[in-house]
Amino acid sequence: MEAFTTHTGRAVPLRRSNVDTDQIIPAHWLKKITRDGFEDGLFEAWRKDPEFVTNRPERAGATVLVAGPDFGTGSSREHAVWALQNFGFKTVISSRFADIFRGNSLKNGLLTVVLPQETVDRLWELTEADPTAEITVDLVARQVRAAGIEAEFELDDNARWRLLEGLDDISLTLQNEADIAEYESTRPAFKPRTIQA
Amino acid sequence: MGRTLAEKVWDDHVVRRAEGEPDLLFIDLHLLHEVTSPQAFEGLRQNGRKVRRLDLTIATEDHNTPTLDIDKPIADPVSRNQLETLRRNCAEFGVRLHSLGDVEQGVVHVVGPQLGLTQPGTTVVCGDSHTSTHGAFGALAFGIGTSQVEHVLATQTLPLARPKTMAITVTGELAEGVTAKDLILAIIAKIGTGGGQGYVLEYRGEAVEKLSMEARMTICNMSIEAGARAGMIAPDQTTFDYLEGRDHAPRGAEWDEAVAYWKTLRTDDDAVFDAEVVIDGSALSPFVTWGTNPGQGAPLSASVPDPASYEDASERLAAEKALEYMGLTAGQPLRDIRVDTVFVGSCTNGRIEDLRAVAGIVEGRKVADGVRMLIVPGSVRVALQAVEEGLDKVFKEAGAEWRHAGCSMCLGMNPDQLAPGERSASTSNRNFEGRQGKGGRTHLVSPQVAAATAVLGHLASPADLTDAAVSAPSGV
Ligand code: SF4
Repeated sequence: MEAFTTHTGRAVPLRRSNVDTDQIIPAHWLKKITRDGFEDGLFEAWRKDPEFVTNRPERAGATVLVAGPDFGTGSSREHAVWALQNFGFKTVISSRFADIFRGNSLKNGLLTVVLPQETVDRLWELTEADPTAEITVDLVARQVRAAGIEAEFELDDNARWRLLEGLDDISLTLQNEADIAEYESTRPAFKPRTIQA
Repeated sequence: MGRTLAEKVWDDHVVRRAEGEPDLLFIDLHLLHEVTSPQAFEGLRQNGRKVRRLDLTIATEDHNTPTLDIDKPIADPVSRNQLETLRRNCAEFGVRLHSLGDVEQGVVHVVGPQLGLTQPGTTVVCGDSHTSTHGAFGALAFGIGTSQVEHVLATQTLPLARPKTMAITVTGELAEGVTAKDLILAIIAKIGTGGGQGYVLEYRGEAVEKLSMEARMTICNMSIEAGARAGMIAPDQTTFDYLEGRDHAPRGAEWDEAVAYWKTLRTDDDAVFDAEVVIDGSALSPFVTWGTNPGQGAPLSASVPDPASYEDASERLAAEKALEYMGLTAGQPLRDIRVDTVFVGSCTNGRIEDLRAVAGIVEGRKVADGVRMLIVPGSVRVALQAVEEGLDKVFKEAGAEWRHAGCSMCLGMNPDQLAPGERSASTSNRNFEGRQGKGGRTHLVSPQVAAATAVLGHLASPADLTDAAVSAPSGV
């Protein structure tokens, strides 16, 4: 996983709540068997509209998505995170994320930042008024900064450390092999098995 | 202090607990399907890893599979490639797979329980958000992303932060004609699509205890639509009776040992939930959605709400956008909404009891002119049972299409889709924009409402069918 320390970029203000993963990446894209090439599927239905915010020329190259509440609800598809990353987003700001989406994003190094809705409103106003305005998301200081705005955000120490270091979860877990083996040795025999091992 | 059901199951699976780290949880059952696994297997391959516990892993094909002509090669080359990739991966790594054409094939969340693999007090994961279904057995079951699928394949564990717990107590008894689907839609409308966020929900109370296992699965299935991590129902005699004798259920002395353990899986009287919601079950009536998220629902007897009636600005905006997308106007009675398609199926309502309920209503009646009704059993076993009971004949005589098992129009990854602007009444779980096909409009309903809607051509409940069914029931 790519490490995330701090990022500064222009923003896409997305004034919609409950953006579910079917909107982020529609199901027919899920037939691909790779982690890349999803950029054209991002917000596919909405992008048919030339006025949709990501289609506006002044938003080209923006890397910070500022979204409405309950972003990423619905399906567990990690393709939603890949699509955002393939498109060029490094971080997403919202007042509330769906749990599975948030977990998926952090595992892929896409930083999801939770800020109060009033701060999100101010970021929307700022970046709508001035598309060249930049937002800095600083994971070291756990802070979001933009012209006239400075907001702290929470992220638990462990998740932050994994992101800052770009650590691979599986390798970390495998360091605890002895614990896993010990747990396995005491599991009751009545627990279900799919095949006889 | 006492513990809740979720806390008990959690504690029994902690492999490692350390200050400042998420708990490392052991996973008892890992279900796989073709859509969210290819990149996980690829990750194993790249790192030279194998599947740690093949005996706790099982795969089925469901999302892409066609429901017609299953003996012919799959027409869509991209779907075919994804299924073939799953077959290759399972063969290479040694994972048990139920492919299209196999008698145990079907929607992953229908297959696990019917094989008896889903058991009380287990941890169950799958790269699919509706894994919450399995919580109906008192299992801690939740959907995971592809990175986590790879993690479980490699380690049989997951590092997870301990969730909070919420009690959803349903008092009273559901009235005649009110189903588990109506109940869960009403719960989601009440707490909202973000209401369960960060929580494991425990459904309890008299109305829940009276439900069959299949109805409990319908409830737990949609926990994710309330934003919850998982949904659970404490195991009881109904659970044990469902499991006894199933392929993978324990037998003999092990069965007794298992039941003794399962009986301990109840929230202690002095346990404290982080949140509690109480719903009066006896006050509920058939419930349908009018919007584009599962929280945008109302009793069938109501009208399309006026967005201006919402105090919260973002809810108002969401309602306006939903009405525009759905092609509805505020104040329109929900019963006046005409549909083009009725879909019966999915892991929410594609089990045998659902099909029996639908058959009981359409028997001796006809699907309305201009309406297409698709009946897609949740698994091959469900299909075989339905055929044995003659339900397939009832459906065909009524003018419905009887299809092969799979996810089908629940998400339209196979050819079963709505055309732009088409409207459906669907027993599935998501009414998102474009979910059932680009531009398609979805109303979520119970199987009973789906059946009555198919007959009348507009959203309706069985009570609206005033005609006497044309022929006498034939043992359905
Ligand atoms: S039936 Fe629908 S919700 Fe269930 S697993 Fe299939 S696509 Fe997902």
